[in-house]
Amino acid sequence: MNKSVCIIIPCYNEQENIAGVIAEVVALPGEREILVINDGSTDATSMRARETGKAVVIDMPANLGVGGAVQTGLKYAARNNYQYAVKLDGDGQHNPASIDSLLQPLHENNADIVIGSRFITENEGFKSTFWRRAGISVFEFIVRWLTGRRITDATSGLRAYNRSAIEFMEKYYPSFDYPEPEEIILACKNQLRLQEIPVVMRERRSGMSTISSAMSIYFMLKVTLSMLFISLRSPEKKEG
Amino acid sequence: MFEHIERIQIISVIGSLTFLAMIIRLIKHKMLKEAYAILWLIFGVVFLICSVWKKGLDYFAGIVGIYYPPALLFLIMIIALILVLIQFSIIVSSQNDKIRQLSQEVALLSISWQKNKKLEEPSDNAKNKPDC
Repeated sequence: MNKSVCIIIPCYNEQENIAGVIAEVVALPGEREILVINDGSTDATSMRARETGKAVVIDMPANLGVGGAVQTGLKYAARNNYQYAVKLDGDGQHNPASIDSLLQPLHENNADIVIGSRFITENEGFKSTFWRRAGISVFEFIVRWLTGRRITDATSGLRAYNRSAIEFMEKYYPSFDYPEPEEIILACKNQLRLQEIPVVMRERRSGMSTISSAMSIYFMLKVTLSMLFISLRSPEKKEG
Repeated sequence: MFEHIERIQIISVIGSLTFLAMIIRLIKHKMLKEAYAILWLIFGVVFLICSVWKKGLDYFAGIVGIYYPPALLFLIMIIALILVLIQFSIIVSSQNDKIRQLSQEVALLSISWQKNKKLEEPSDNAKNKPDC
């Protein structure tokens, strides 16, 4: 096991995009394990990913939601002794070329978790729709209120973790729907160092976003509630 | 005491007893876990007491300031239902966690099993298929 970086790609019904994402990661220099977490897709996602022959594909027995899928990837990374894990969405929105810049602060030991933000640099790449951006601003405000930190892209799923973050999140990852903003509060609460770096995102190539407009109200309420309660809870006890 | 038994009292005693008998039967046939039956049994007994001891209901309604004693019965019933529903939500949440953990373990086990099988495969091919 000489690869030290595990690329976790959670996906649900991404048969059109997944092979392209894998190919992009493979094309990068350096060796990485590519781990596709197929979260109970009803289409050919698992087959498309396997066909590439470049990825380890974990098929979840049931659809657990992004959180449960990502946590499975982190468990895998923890058990197979990876030093770093990078989480990349399976829809092609994240450019794998940013993996190295995400890992940089971890290599330098300046952070435990690095978040790729599309809002640090202005006017470059895909910035999402108006309502989504409004939601992200609300989360930015809540994060700032609860932790005092400024996180410009709380819903960004492009993240890198070092070993201590992997070991913590493997146990305590917010394992329900839409975990990203909660993860920030949880990390701050438990003294994991966060850093945001600028990345350029693209518009998803095909398929539907996981957050429909009807679900967005539920999304906002649920995530806000979870963030409040995570900050109310005492920090998780670290074992050992 | 017994000369003033009203029809509603008889009906509610029978009702409460039937309810308790139903719960006990469910527990006996292992269709209901004892842990989840506690709330049902407690409120079944409370209703039985209320049916038998009619004065009691009037007395407690008076203490709380409820003018119409049967309203106290509704109140107790609503509290009982809310408590049981909260208990259900707790159980659902904990089962949600357990199912998630189970699914994750199954997925991880399956991938490590597939890896081991791949490692063993080349030697299997060299020996041809074993006849079994």
